[in-house]
Amino acid sequence: MGAKEGRIRVSTSAGADELAGLRAGDRLLISGSFIVARDAAHRRLQDNLEATGRLDLDLDGAFIYYCGPCPGVGGMAVSSAGPTTSGRMDAYTGLMLGAGVKAMVGKGVRSPETASAMLRHGAVYLGAVGGAGAYLAERVTAVETVAYADLLSEAVLRMEVRDFPAVVLLDAVGGDLYAEARMRYGATPPDAPGGPLGR
Amino acid sequence: MRVVEASEITRAIEGLAYDANCRLGDDVMARIAESASAEASPIGRETLGIIAENARVAAARGVPICQDTGMAVVFAEVGQDVRINGDFASAVNRGVSEAYRRRGFRMSVVGDPLLRTNTGDNTPAVVHCELVPGDGLKVTFMPKGFGSENMGCVRMLSPSDGEGGVVRAVVECVGAAGPNPCPPLIVGVGLGGTMDKAVLLAKKALLRECGRHSHLPHVKALEEKALRLINGLGIGPAGTGGNVTALAVHVETYPTHIAGLPVAVSLGCHANRHATAWL
Repeated sequence: MGAKEGRIRVSTSAGADELAGLRAGDRLLISGSFIVARDAAHRRLQDNLEATGRLDLDLDGAFIYYCGPCPGVGGMAVSSAGPTTSGRMDAYTGLMLGAGVKAMVGKGVRSPETASAMLRHGAVYLGAVGGAGAYLAERVTAVETVAYADLLSEAVLRMEVRDFPAVVLLDAVGGDLYAEARMRYGATPPDAPGGPLGR
Repeated sequence: MRVVEASEITRAIEGLAYDANCRLGDDVMARIAESASAEASPIGRETLGIIAENARVAAARGVPICQDTGMAVVFAEVGQDVRINGDFASAVNRGVSEAYRRRGFRMSVVGDPLLRTNTGDNTPAVVHCELVPGDGLKVTFMPKGFGSENMGCVRMLSPSDGEGGVVRAVVECVGAAGPNPCPPLIVGVGLGGTMDKAVLLAKKALLRECGRHSHLPHVKALEEKALRLINGLGIGPAGTGGNVTALAVHVETYPTHIAGLPVAVSLGCHANRHATAWL
């Protein structure tokens, strides 16, 4: 794929055209505002939508970060803030994309249903390094709770970030970094046990 | 008979929870540094650099290596000649609660797996106690993150599956996990016993010094073979491709039944955190 050299600066206010120009493997530095939500917040959002017919959050144009950070200590906004596994949110992704989400930041594989829904909506999926919570927290400048405070570690937050490093995992034209990388670097035959085409 | 106060256990757990969550072991740091030179992927090398830098930042700032400060797993080896003055389980949970509240660690435990209300203090811990000779008390704290925990596997193989079947089961588990468990991994394997024993062995295998092999030659060979095949999967650091998918494979064995060959795989992410104290 046509991944570009160097880090590309992206603002969370970027338009659809700019995001559509990203390719799987592109390395980014993101600045702006994430909506942070994980398992319980997605569940609550869907339940409330079904019960009331209204969405509790304005997600039009949002970057969703799948994360449950550690609270800030010593003047930091958060002390550790890496991504959680995104696949658990696949069940809710159709709803989120329909509400206008244009980018998701997390780690791990997405379902085929999520990948095709993203293509329909022109959304992108970005990866942050899992387990690098302390490093990523240094790129977080502010955080505030915007919904569901009773969910504690799973409340919905607005998180301001500066030069937050990420890589494009799924782009808006079907590029898939995880799949490409495995075919490229896998020495184990693809149909061997555990290989990309194996059982 | 030696008396250990429950309050000493609480203090020890509190200290271990901090050490384990904020300081990555030198053994893992060394394996990450060694593996970086073997990594073919440029993004993979960059990721390994971020992972090493992350551990340095966490230690310097005294903040968690990973925001998933885990469910607390405690392994206790209790000497038969020790008497604990007070309630052991309460002492452990008090230590967890105090550490997580005072240090600002994330509360990651729900009280009922279906009703899912956060307990608010990361308790209860999962506690494994073993009675051993003597009057020592050894306590190990492992904050287990669920990105990796969710990707573990158990297979009840047939004796005819043999060594090849075991390697296949381990490599398949890591292959199916792909990028989800935050590679590079430490792969804990429990071989033998019963289903429950194999799982416990796999979890304990994560406590071994990273990269140290089994003292049994045939088990060492199995560890080396599994590691070679895993690192041939192409998953790489953070799953974005490369040849450093695992830092180590640790296999622990136990006698088993004439009809069985249980294999359990417990995956540890690169933030393979644990700390031990002797009381």
